[in-house]
Amino acid sequence: MSKNLGIRAGIVALVVIGALIYLVPSLSRNLPPWWSNVLPKDKIHLGLDLQGGIHLNLEVEAIKAVESNVERVSEELKHDLRKNKIRYLELKSLGKDGIVLKLMRSEDVNSFLDMFRGNYPDFDPGTATYEEGKPVFHVTVLPKARERIMKMAVDQALETIRNRIDQFGVSEPDIRPAEGHRIIIELPGIKDPKRAIALIGKTALLEFKLVDEDHSVEEALKGRIPPGDEILYETSVDQKTGQRSRVPYLLEKRTLLTGEYITDARVEIDSRYNEPYVSLSFDSRGARLFEQITGQNIKKRLAIVLDNKVYSAPVIQDKISGGRAQITGRFSMQDARDLAIVLRAGALPAPVKILEERTVGPSLGKDSIQEGFRSAIIGGVLVVLFMAVYYSLSGIIADIALMLNIVLIMSGLAFFGATLTLPGIAGIILTIGMSVDANVLIFERIREELRLGKTPRASIEGGYGKAFITIVDANVTTLIAALVLFQFGTGPIRGFAVTLSIGIIASMFTAIFVTRVIFDYLFIVKRMKKIRI
Amino acid sequence: MEFIKPDVNINFVGNRKWAFLLSGSLILATLVLLAWRGGPNYGVDFTGGVLIQVRLDQPHSPGEIKNALRPINLQNSIIQRFGEESASEYLIRVTKTDVELTGLSDRVRDALISSFGKGVDIRRVEMVGPKVGKDLREKALFAIFYAILFIAIYISGRFELKWIMSGVMALSLAVVVYLTSSFGMSVTWLIVIALLVTLGLCWALKLKYALGAIIALIHDVTITVGAFALTDREISLAIIAAFLTLVGYSLNDTIIVFDRIRENARRYRRRPFIEVMNESINETLSRTILTSSTTLVAVAALYVFGGGVIHDFAFAMLVGICVGTYSSIFVASPVLLIWERKMADKPGRARGEKNRARVKST
Repeated sequence: MSKNLGIRAGIVALVVIGALIYLVPSLSRNLPPWWSNVLPKDKIHLGLDLQGGIHLNLEVEAIKAVESNVERVSEELKHDLRKNKIRYLELKSLGKDGIVLKLMRSEDVNSFLDMFRGNYPDFDPGTATYEEGKPVFHVTVLPKARERIMKMAVDQALETIRNRIDQFGVSEPDIRPAEGHRIIIELPGIKDPKRAIALIGKTALLEFKLVDEDHSVEEALKGRIPPGDEILYETSVDQKTGQRSRVPYLLEKRTLLTGEYITDARVEIDSRYNEPYVSLSFDSRGARLFEQITGQNIKKRLAIVLDNKVYSAPVIQDKISGGRAQITGRFSMQDARDLAIVLRAGALPAPVKILEERTVGPSLGKDSIQEGFRSAIIGGVLVVLFMAVYYSLSGIIADIALMLNIVLIMSGLAFFGATLTLPGIAGIILTIGMSVDANVLIFERIREELRLGKTPRASIEGGYGKAFITIVDANVTTLIAALVLFQFGTGPIRGFAVTLSIGIIASMFTAIFVTRVIFDYLFIVKRMKKIRI
Repeated sequence: MEFIKPDVNINFVGNRKWAFLLSGSLILATLVLLAWRGGPNYGVDFTGGVLIQVRLDQPHSPGEIKNALRPINLQNSIIQRFGEESASEYLIRVTKTDVELTGLSDRVRDALISSFGKGVDIRRVEMVGPKVGKDLREKALFAIFYAILFIAIYISGRFELKWIMSGVMALSLAVVVYLTSSFGMSVTWLIVIALLVTLGLCWALKLKYALGAIIALIHDVTITVGAFALTDREISLAIIAAFLTLVGYSLNDTIIVFDRIRENARRYRRRPFIEVMNESINETLSRTILTSSTTLVAVAALYVFGGGVIHDFAFAMLVGICVGTYSSIFVASPVLLIWERKMADKPGRARGEKNRARVKST
């Protein structure tokens, strides 16, 4: 191995330069344009535990999307049955379990089946059973269709959430789907986690419903709710006194208009009271529907309901044709802004449940970085000093390898676009301690060879040769552990596994290859006679 | 400079009785401690729940903090001081399982502010719902299981060069664990069973080096878990990661020593095995002590200066490295010796001792 020293030195130089190039973006603030065009420009990513931020694990209750689909289909079915003049006695939606339909005449069975099969490919009408001579069908959702609806719900939820977060303005958000109808969200550097989480989790289903003024609210509250009606509440917090109040409304269940027709939502300030409100714009279809609704219900009250909470219920003064509406309420500026964001991005197709939430405040993140790096430097310095004292010149060579190691690890992180986490810093510190091992193995072997009376150069040769396999062996086991951790670990632990793996490989490279080059240089080129080890 | 002189010759293996005594009592103490506490102290990662790290303006007693949480019905949470004395940082661990997760940290902050004033800083929140807790438990289990599997395969293959044997062992291990897992046993028991099966297979398939190494590993992890139980630290995902790293690291050590033993055993076929072993250990002593020292120094820096969050992780590594080094010398090697002795009693398995006896008698 004492041959081709030049080539080997060249390789080392290349690696070092390459590593430094990858490190530059993380170290300097502004890169000159000529750099960004050709050379790598990715900084090292910092994990949430070092930057501060939120990690969320949401589950989309996709089954509810199936339920609402069935609800919708049951309305369509009523319409279609009427159109085809098929009379029915009973049609009830059972949520995800399907629809129960009782026809009036058994002669209609075939025409029903023909109509149904043609128009509802996602459903299975099943075979008719008979109750009191009338055919009864239990219509169910086909499993494939159910899977498709649920998957679409997750995809749509993902898009909507991504939309909302975009508008919220987060740098480098990470939003990913995961197994089991889940979505994983990571938002680094969030200052107000509560707002962000509220924004993400809001279903934001906007509905316009008529207030039932023909019946009394008090009677309904006692339990006598008229058919087709429901009670929903308006909760408001007085901005000045902080007092909460809940006002019940008796509403017609039927939704006249939903938020899917909204094209824009903006925050405006009411000049009279200096209060913010949200101004909505509908698309042409929505505008027409709105015109129709307001035209048919003048002087009646139209409740604006968001996620089953009443926001306001103004009186319809006149037919509204411009396709614009207003949502007022006692909003703070921030509430109004968040509402506008959520309406613009659209409603979630199904509610989401928070399964896991990990938040690291920015102050802790900063402290962790400082403490992590401080301990790394202290540990590094101690090890470097020790090696220099114990192995003298050879120890210093090992120290050079160690420092190169650290450079390689950091640039390796930048190269792979990996994330540096707090356990990752621990991994670097571990590598500092363990990388010395390879050198120690080699040096001890060299000492042994010297004791046997071999020449320095022969001892070096023998030392490196014998130690090589042992080094590889020993490091492989730690690599196995690192690989397993990478596979099954989450965020910070993955960061640890990555830094550990890169560190091990880098330390093998520096210990076996780089130090050998230095030794060979000293003994071949500089013709050193005695080895100080 | 040399700490360990080249002609050092400490009778490590000869003193193995003392070592067994020490190890045995430590392991026993660990098991007793665990049984008494009802299992390891699992963190929110595995049990589900909420962990909130807060920093207050001034130090307050856990009782005061519990009182502050009374308005939101969390007065039964576990309060622990965190980090350095001067920091007045506390960990609030909510033990109730039916708590509404959304907005919990804000309710906690508001409650604390109304009791202690504005200087309340929520440093970190970890809320793990039951579903995710179960997921993480399973992940940890799989990680440990696969680590055992791969390491068992690797050691057997590497040392005995019996790759087929190790393949057989891997397969049997997988089958046995699959069968037992279908009985729905808990995480910890499955791992215990996997380990026992591995040991049994090593014994049956005559993989002596693997046997020694794995016994040393079990020894190391058990004692480290004991250290955690003793100091009442929580076992979180990061700690499991530390354990796995320990396993890798301890194996490092053990492999170095075994390598030397094998090399010397091949070279000195006629010498009694116990002598070969002792010599090998002494030869590698320098390297073993040195590497452990440098790694310990580095990890000690992490322990002292690294801050509260990584503290437990550093502790695991500290204990693990010490025990790992000890076990390579005093546990793994004696196991080999016991094996060799057992094998030497069988006919046709001369290993130096029988030769010597033969030579002496002529």
